[in-house]
Amino acid sequence: MKSMLWCCVVACAFAPAAHAASDAELDAIRGEIRALKDQYEARIKALEERLKAAEARAAEPAPAPPPAPVASTQSSISAFNPAISAILAGQYANLSADPTRARLAGFPSAAIETGRRGFSLNESELQLSANVDHKFAGNLVFSISPEDKVEVEEAFGTFNGAPFGVVPRFGRFLSGFGYLNEQHAHAWDFVDAPLAYQAFVGGQYRTDGVQLAWVAPIEHFVQLGVEGGNGAAFPGTERNKNGINSAVAFVKTGGDIGESHSWLAGISYLRTHAEGRPPAPGDDFALNAPFTGTSKLWNASFVWKYAPNGNPHTTNFKFQAEYFRALEDGNFSTRQNGWYAQGAYQFMPLWRVGLRYDRLGAGTFDLGFHPERGTAMVDWSPSEFSRLRLQIARAKLAPDFTDNELFVQYILSLGAHGAHKF
Amino acid sequence: MVRGTIFCLAAALASPVASAALSIFATVPEWGALAQELGGDKVKVYVATNALQDPHHVEARPSLIARARGADLVVATGAELEIGWLPLVLQQAGNEKVQPGAPGYFEATSVVTLLDKPARLDRAEGDVHPFGDPHIQTDARNIARVAAALAQRFAQLDPANAATYQARQKQFADKWTAAIARWEQQAAPLKGVGVVVQHKGFTYLIHWLGLREITALEPKPGIEPTTAHLANVLETLQRNPAKMVLRAAYQSDRASQWIAERAKIKAVVLPFTVGGTDGAKDLAGLFDDTIKRLLEGAK
Repeated sequence: MKSMLWCCVVACAFAPAAHAASDAELDAIRGEIRALKDQYEARIKALEERLKAAEARAAEPAPAPPPAPVASTQSSISAFNPAISAILAGQYANLSADPTRARLAGFPSAAIETGRRGFSLNESELQLSANVDHKFAGNLVFSISPEDKVEVEEAFGTFNGAPFGVVPRFGRFLSGFGYLNEQHAHAWDFVDAPLAYQAFVGGQYRTDGVQLAWVAPIEHFVQLGVEGGNGAAFPGTERNKNGINSAVAFVKTGGDIGESHSWLAGISYLRTHAEGRPPAPGDDFALNAPFTGTSKLWNASFVWKYAPNGNPHTTNFKFQAEYFRALEDGNFSTRQNGWYAQGAYQFMPLWRVGLRYDRLGAGTFDLGFHPERGTAMVDWSPSEFSRLRLQIARAKLAPDFTDNELFVQYILSLGAHGAHKF
Repeated sequence: MVRGTIFCLAAALASPVASAALSIFATVPEWGALAQELGGDKVKVYVATNALQDPHHVEARPSLIARARGADLVVATGAELEIGWLPLVLQQAGNEKVQPGAPGYFEATSVVTLLDKPARLDRAEGDVHPFGDPHIQTDARNIARVAAALAQRFAQLDPANAATYQARQKQFADKWTAAIARWEQQAAPLKGVGVVVQHKGFTYLIHWLGLREITALEPKPGIEPTTAHLANVLETLQRNPAKMVLRAAYQSDRASQWIAERAKIKAVVLPFTVGGTDGAKDLAGLFDDTIKRLLEGAK
C-alpha cells in the first residue's frame, strides 16, 4: 500500500514540472516534494498504527459475546418437538417351574408372574416429554407389552406455577407410594419387581388422579405428598363412583453424611376400596371368595448410597429395603406383610453385582409357609444407555411351587433420556 | 420421624425465609468460588458437587433438592453438562425462582463462545455435548466473562446491594486481568508442547495456552479407555511424541499411569476445578497450580 501511494505522489509531483527547468524552480519543486513526502509519511505512519491497533483488538477474544439463540437458524416448527426416548428390553428365561401355574400362596394378587420361558420381549417403552408453555409440562409414556398390547403407562401434566413451592401433577402417573414404585422397570436393579410389590400393589401402583408434592423450604430434605385417585388399580377395583376413591400420603426425608454417603427414607400410606375383587386364580390358601371392603397399605422404605468422595464412577454401593403391611377389612379381614432388602455393588467401572432377598408373611392365611425368594445378578453397562444383565433366583411362591430361574436381559435406551431419580 | 417432620415444619415457618443474603446454589465448585468472590458476605453459597466428583455423573440426591428449594439463584455451567441431574432437582424442588428461564437461573456457558461443537450428533460417538464443550472454566479468560455477567445478575436479583456487587466485580476484574498477564507469561514455555488428555476436558486450557493436544485416552468422550485403544495411543505417541498425559483430579489414574510408563512421559494431575488439588484453594490458586503442574510436566 505504501509503495503504491509513493508512485502516485511521485507521478503527481513530476507531471506539471516536466518542461520548466531553472535551478531555482527545481529547488522549489524539490522542497515541495520533500514537504509532501514528509506529510504523507506521517499520515501513512498514523494509518499503520491505527491498523495495528485494530488488528490487536481483533486478535483479542471478543469480550462477552451475547448468547447466541440456539435455534436461530431453524425456522422449522420441529424445533419445538418434545423430547422422545424409547426403551428396548428383552430377555431369555430358563424357568424350572411352569410359569402358567405361578401363584403366591395366600395372597390375593393375580399379577404374579415369573416370566415367559425362552426368549421374550419385556415391555418396550416410548416416552414423550416437553414443557407445554410457561406454566405446564407434559409427559407421556406408552408401554408396549410383548403381547402387542399398547398401554398408557403414564400420561400426566405438571403445573409449574403453583404457590408455596407445591408441585401439582395430574393425569395417570406412578404413585409416590414407597420407593421403587416411581421408578420405571428399566431403572430397576433386578429383572423383576420385589414380591411385596407384586403381592400388594400388583407390581406398581399407578392411578388416574392428582398428586400434590411439597418440599419444605429448609436445608434438610423433607417432602410431603398427597394423592387422590379413582381407585381402580389393585388392590382397589373399578367402582363407578364420583369423588376420590383412593388416597395416598407420603413423607420422605433424606440427606448426605459426609461426602460419600447419602440416604433417603420414607413412610407411605395407601387407602382404597374393593368391590367384589376376585380371588387370585388357583389359590386354595386364601379364602376363595371375592373381597369387598377397605384396603389399607403401609410402606416404610430406606435407601442408602455410597460412592467414595461422592464419585460413583469407579465403585459405588446401593442398599435399599422396603417393608409393607396390608390390612383389609370387609366381608373378611386379613393382616399381611412383606419385605425385601437388596444391595447392588459396582466393583469396577461398568460392572455391578447385586443380591436381593424377598419374604412375605401371609398372616391371616398362614399355613406354616412363607413365600420367599433369593436373587443374585451381575450386570454390565458399557454406557449409561445400555445394560446387559444375568440374574439367577430361587423362588418358593407356594408349597408346591419352587422355581429355579435364570434370566439374561438387555435394556437399551434410545434418544433423549431424562435423569433418573435418586 | 413424624414428630421430627413436624418439628422441621415448625422451624421452617418460624424462621423468616427472606434473609439478607442471596442464597446461591452453584452446580460446580468453580462457580461457587466465583459467586463467593463477587458476593462476599452478601451471598450464601452452596456448592452441589466437589472437585473429586465427575461433573457428568451426579445423582439427584435429596440434599440437592432441599438446597435448590431455598435458593434465590442457581448458577450452572449449562451446555447440558448438568443434564443428568439438574432438571430433575429443579422440577422436584418446586422453586419457581430458579426454573430455567427465570432470573434466578444462570448458565455460565451463555456468555462464552463454546468450542468443539460436534458436527455429527450420534451416541455412537460417545457422550458428546451437542452444544459444544462445556468445560469452559479451564481458560482463565472465560472466568472473567462469566464474572461480569454473574455480577450483573446479582445486582438484578438484589438491587439493594447492586453497588457492592459492581465494586467487587471491578476489583475482581482488575485483579484477574493482572493475573491473566502473569499466567500467560509464566506459561510462555508451554506453547506448542504436545499433550495427551485422558478425557477431552481441557480444550479451553489447551487453546488458551497454545498447547498441542495429540490424542485422548478415552476412545470416545465419556467411554472408559480400553487396552486396545491405549495401544493405539502408544503407537501414535511413537510417531508424534508428547511431553505429558493430563487427567483431572476426579479421574482414575490407571489409564494415564499405564501410558506414562510405556511412553516414558509424565502423568500430570490437574485440579480441573477449585479444590481439585491442595494448591487450588480458590480461583486464582486453580490457575497458579494448573500452570505450575504443566510447567513441571513440560520440563
